[in-house]
Amino acid sequence: MIAIRLNRFLLFLLVLVCCMSNYSASAQSFTVYDSMPQLESRIENAKDTTLVINFWATWCKPCIEELPCFEELRERYHGQNVLVILVSLDFKSQLEKKFIPFLKERQFKSEIALLADQDANTWIPKISEEWDGAIPATVIIKGQQRKFNLGKFANYTELETFVRPFLADVSALKDISEYPCLTGK
Amino acid sequence: MKKAVFPPLMLAGVFLLFISATNTSSTGYAVGDRAEDFSLKSVNNKLVSLADYKEARGYIVVFTCNHCPYAQLYEQRIIDLHNKYAPQGYPVIAINPNSPLIVEEDSFEEMQKRAKTYKYPFEYLFDEEQKVYPKFGATRTPHVFLLDQDRFIRYIGAIDDNPETPKSAKNRWVEKAVEALLRGDKPNPDFTRAVGCTVKKKPTVAPDPVSAQKENTPANGGER
Repeated sequence: MIAIRLNRFLLFLLVLVCCMSNYSASAQSFTVYDSMPQLESRIENAKDTTLVINFWATWCKPCIEELPCFEELRERYHGQNVLVILVSLDFKSQLEKKFIPFLKERQFKSEIALLADQDANTWIPKISEEWDGAIPATVIIKGQQRKFNLGKFANYTELETFVRPFLADVSALKDISEYPCLTGK
Repeated sequence: MKKAVFPPLMLAGVFLLFISATNTSSTGYAVGDRAEDFSLKSVNNKLVSLADYKEARGYIVVFTCNHCPYAQLYEQRIIDLHNKYAPQGYPVIAINPNSPLIVEEDSFEEMQKRAKTYKYPFEYLFDEEQKVYPKFGATRTPHVFLLDQDRFIRYIGAIDDNPETPKSAKNRWVEKAVEALLRGDKPNPDFTRAVGCTVKKKPTVAPDPVSAQKENTPANGGER
């Protein structure tokens, strides 16, 4: 029985890996998730890691302004079981024209993904019932806990304050850094 | 006994805390609520209210704007909706909820230009004081609220399910909802979600705290 289940699980994983495409844009790699279940299993695989998932797109100005703050967060909490995933909602048809050039220019250190599931009406509430689809939007996931934020964080302080309740040992953390998010470019 | 009671209570408490901490965006009308009429300035410099539409059997209220790429993708479809359904008593009333202090491109002058360039056949209104969109609970552009003759909300959501390619849409939700109302039926679905741009709220305190802060934090604001 267990063996059958395991086989099924392996088959499921195989199917999953086959459907997902990994790209590399000159050292900036990213994963395309064609459907929400693929992203969901990425989330499940993270187990007890605190996931900070930001939904953005190259066409979304406030999203772009906010991205450096997520990079800052990644750097500050590197090695503390925090994983930042920047999930783009760019159209897959503009992968070569817009998305990859943008990644090449920015060279993000956070994990980059592109969610190409067209059925937004179905997948949006799976991230949060509070979310109706406007971006930027951010969700923090740790096991069964979730916290959702609609819109752009005003500055780095606001983002870090939002994430802190999910971190195990706050006493060991440095003071919250002040950082305005804007790229200045 | 006490031991058995406390953990669930604490869990519930934590859960409630989560709800109260995060549930700030879900205000505004739900399907079945009655919308208040409004009076907003149109690109033709006149005040427009729902009550002005004497012949209307309902209203397709669309929160949209100039700058948002998603709003732009849907622009022609919004025009088409009006051209198709205004003669049947369901005009489009477009409202720009965004503050030009955040996005210059969404200023009243730019609205006028855009309406002229693309020959909007419907009224394009400016929610300059940002008092109307929060009542509706509009959170993104484009965001549709379909009202019946008595201003009861009958559908909230997206225009269809394919922003990029109109022809490939499997569900044309607003059309389906208007057709249902025309038949005297209930729209089904009456609520959908879609990707879009957030509504750009005008800053409450300082006009640009970001740049002010940037100057004060050279150590952190640098090379990234």
